[in-house]
Amino acid sequence: MTLNSRDRYRKFVEWANWTGMLFCTSVSVFFLVAILGYVLVNGASYIDWEFLTAMPVPAGETGGGIANALVGSFLVVIVASLMALPIGIGAAIFINEFPSQGFGRTVRFLAEVLTGVPSIVVGLFAYALVVIPSGGFSALSGSVAYAFIMVPIILITAHEALRLVPDSLREASLALGIPKWRTIMGVVLPVSSRALITGAVLAISRALGEAAPMLFTAFGNSFWNVNLTKPIATVPLLIYTYATGPYEDWHRKAWAASFVLLVVVLFTSVLTRAFLRGKSNE
Amino acid sequence: MARDSEATLESMNRALTGVKPVSARRQLVNVGDRVFYLVARSLALLVIVLAFLLVADLFRGASESIRQFGLKFLIGTTWDPVAHQFSTLPTVIGTLVKGFIALLLAVPVSIGSAIFITFYTPRWLRPVISYPIELLAGIPSIIFGMWALFAMVPVVRVVQIWLKAHFGWFFLFDGPAVYGVGVLSGSLILFIMITPIITAISKEILLTVPRAQIEGMLALGSTKWEAIWKVALPYARIGLFGAVILGLGRALGETMAVTMVGGNSFALIHSLFDPVHSMASQIASEFTEATYSLYVSSLIYVGLVLFGITILISLLAQFLIWRISKGKIALLD
Repeated sequence: MTLNSRDRYRKFVEWANWTGMLFCTSVSVFFLVAILGYVLVNGASYIDWEFLTAMPVPAGETGGGIANALVGSFLVVIVASLMALPIGIGAAIFINEFPSQGFGRTVRFLAEVLTGVPSIVVGLFAYALVVIPSGGFSALSGSVAYAFIMVPIILITAHEALRLVPDSLREASLALGIPKWRTIMGVVLPVSSRALITGAVLAISRALGEAAPMLFTAFGNSFWNVNLTKPIATVPLLIYTYATGPYEDWHRKAWAASFVLLVVVLFTSVLTRAFLRGKSNE
Repeated sequence: MARDSEATLESMNRALTGVKPVSARRQLVNVGDRVFYLVARSLALLVIVLAFLLVADLFRGASESIRQFGLKFLIGTTWDPVAHQFSTLPTVIGTLVKGFIALLLAVPVSIGSAIFITFYTPRWLRPVISYPIELLAGIPSIIFGMWALFAMVPVVRVVQIWLKAHFGWFFLFDGPAVYGVGVLSGSLILFIMITPIITAISKEILLTVPRAQIEGMLALGSTKWEAIWKVALPYARIGLFGAVILGLGRALGETMAVTMVGGNSFALIHSLFDPVHSMASQIASEFTEATYSLYVSSLIYVGLVLFGITILISLLAQFLIWRISKGKIALLD
C-alpha cells in the first residue's frame, strides 16, 4: 500500500510525538534512578553500626553517630501521631457516619486546602502557637507542627476508607439492635482498618521527612534528650545542618542519615502500596 | 418515573434503617450514641478551629510588621535588619521566577509522561513506569536538597561557566556563574520535584477520558496522536491545568531543597545565575537569627504572603481538578 504525502505526514507526526513522550518519560525515570542511586550508594558506604547507635561527637573528631536524632525523630512523630490520629479519624467518622449538609463538606474541603499549606508556614504556625507562649523551643512544638501536617492526610484517607464500607454491614449491625456507636467502633472501623492504617502510615512517613517545620520548633540538639519540653534533634534537620556545614565528615554523616531516612520512607511507601493493592484485589 | 420511585425507595430505606438519616442527631436515642456523636463532632470542629488558628496566628505574628510597613512591604526592595527596614519584593520575584521556570520545564515533561503512560503503554507495563515516578513524589525534600547540593550543583556550575564564556553577551547568562547555586539550580531542583506530582495527577485525570470517545476517533481512521490531541486533551484540559497549578503551588512553598541550592541572597535578579532567596528559604535561613521582634514579625509577614499565594493557587487547582473528576480523585500530593 502506498501512502500519499498527507498520510505520510500524519504518520510522521504520530512517530514524532511518540518519541517525544517516550523522551519525557525517560527524563522522569532518569531523575528517579539518579537520585535514588546516588543517595543509596553514597549513604550505604558511610553507614555502620556505630553511626546508628553512637552519640554525635564534636566537629573535627572522627566517629560518632546520630542516635539522639533517631530517637528524637521517633519521639516527636509518636507524640504527633497521638495528637493527629484521634482528630483525623474522629473527624472522618463524623463526616461519613453523621452526614450533615454543609458542615461535613466544609471540614473535608478545609482538610484538602490544608494539605497545600507550605511546611515552612506550618513551622511558623507552631512557633506562634506553642514556642512563643511556652517561652522556648521544644520537642512538643515540633510534634504540634508534625501533627498539623498529618491531620489532613489522615482525615482524607480515613474518609475515603470509611466511604468504601458497604452500608449493608452497618444495616446488619443496626438491625440486631446494636447502638450506632458500637456499630461504628465494632463493625465499620475494623472493616476499614487496613485502609485506616495505610493512611496513618502515609501521614507518619510524610511527617518523618519534613525538615522545614522543625527549624524553629524542635530546633535540634547535639545532646541526648527525651524531655518533650526541651529542644530535640530530628533526622531531617540534622541532615540539613550537616549538609550545609563546612566539614567533610559532616557531609558523610548527612549522606548516611539521608540513606536511613530514604530507606524508611521508601519502605513505608512500598509497604502501604502493597497493602492497598491487596485490599483492592479482595 | 423509575428514577422517582427509586429515590422514594431510597429515602424510605434511609428513614427506616437510620443509616443516613436526614437529621443525624434526632435519631440518637442511645446515651452512648449521643456521647459518641458529640466527641466526633467536636473533633471535626477542631479541624475547622485549627484552620482558623493558623490564619489568626500568622496575622498576629505579623501584626507588628503589618502596622509598620503595611502593603509597602510587598513593593519595597530593602531588607535591612540593621536599619530595621523590611520589604520583600525581590524575594517574591525570586520565588515566582523559580516557580515559573520549574513549571515551564515540568509541564511538557510531566504531561508528556502522563500521556505516554496512559495511552501508549500496554496495561501490564503501566505500573512498572508509573509506580517509581509516584515513589519519587514521596521522597522528602531534604533528600532532594542533598542530591542537588552535592550531585547537581557541580554540573550546573560547569554548564553555567561555559554558557557565560560563550553567550555572556545575553543578559540571562550574564551573572555570577561560578557559584553554581542560584536561580537556575533552584529552578532545576523544583522542576525535578514537581514533575512526579504533576505526572501522577495528570495520569489520573487522563484516565477519566471516556474510552469510547477515543475508540470512536480511532475507528474513524485517526492516528493515536490525533485522537489524543483532538479528543482526550480537550476533554481533560481543565483538569490538567489544575494539576499544573497544583504543581506550581508546591513549587512556591517548597523550602529545604531551595534553601540548599537557591543561593539565599536578598537582591533583585538580573540573570539566571544570580543567587536569590525565595520566600520559604528566607524564612528558613533567617528566622533563628532574627534578634528583635520586628525582624521576627517581618519574617512571619513573608510567611503570611507565601501562605496567601499558595492557598489561592491550591484553591484554584482544587476547583479545576474537582470539576473534571467530580471528587473522584483524592489529593494528597
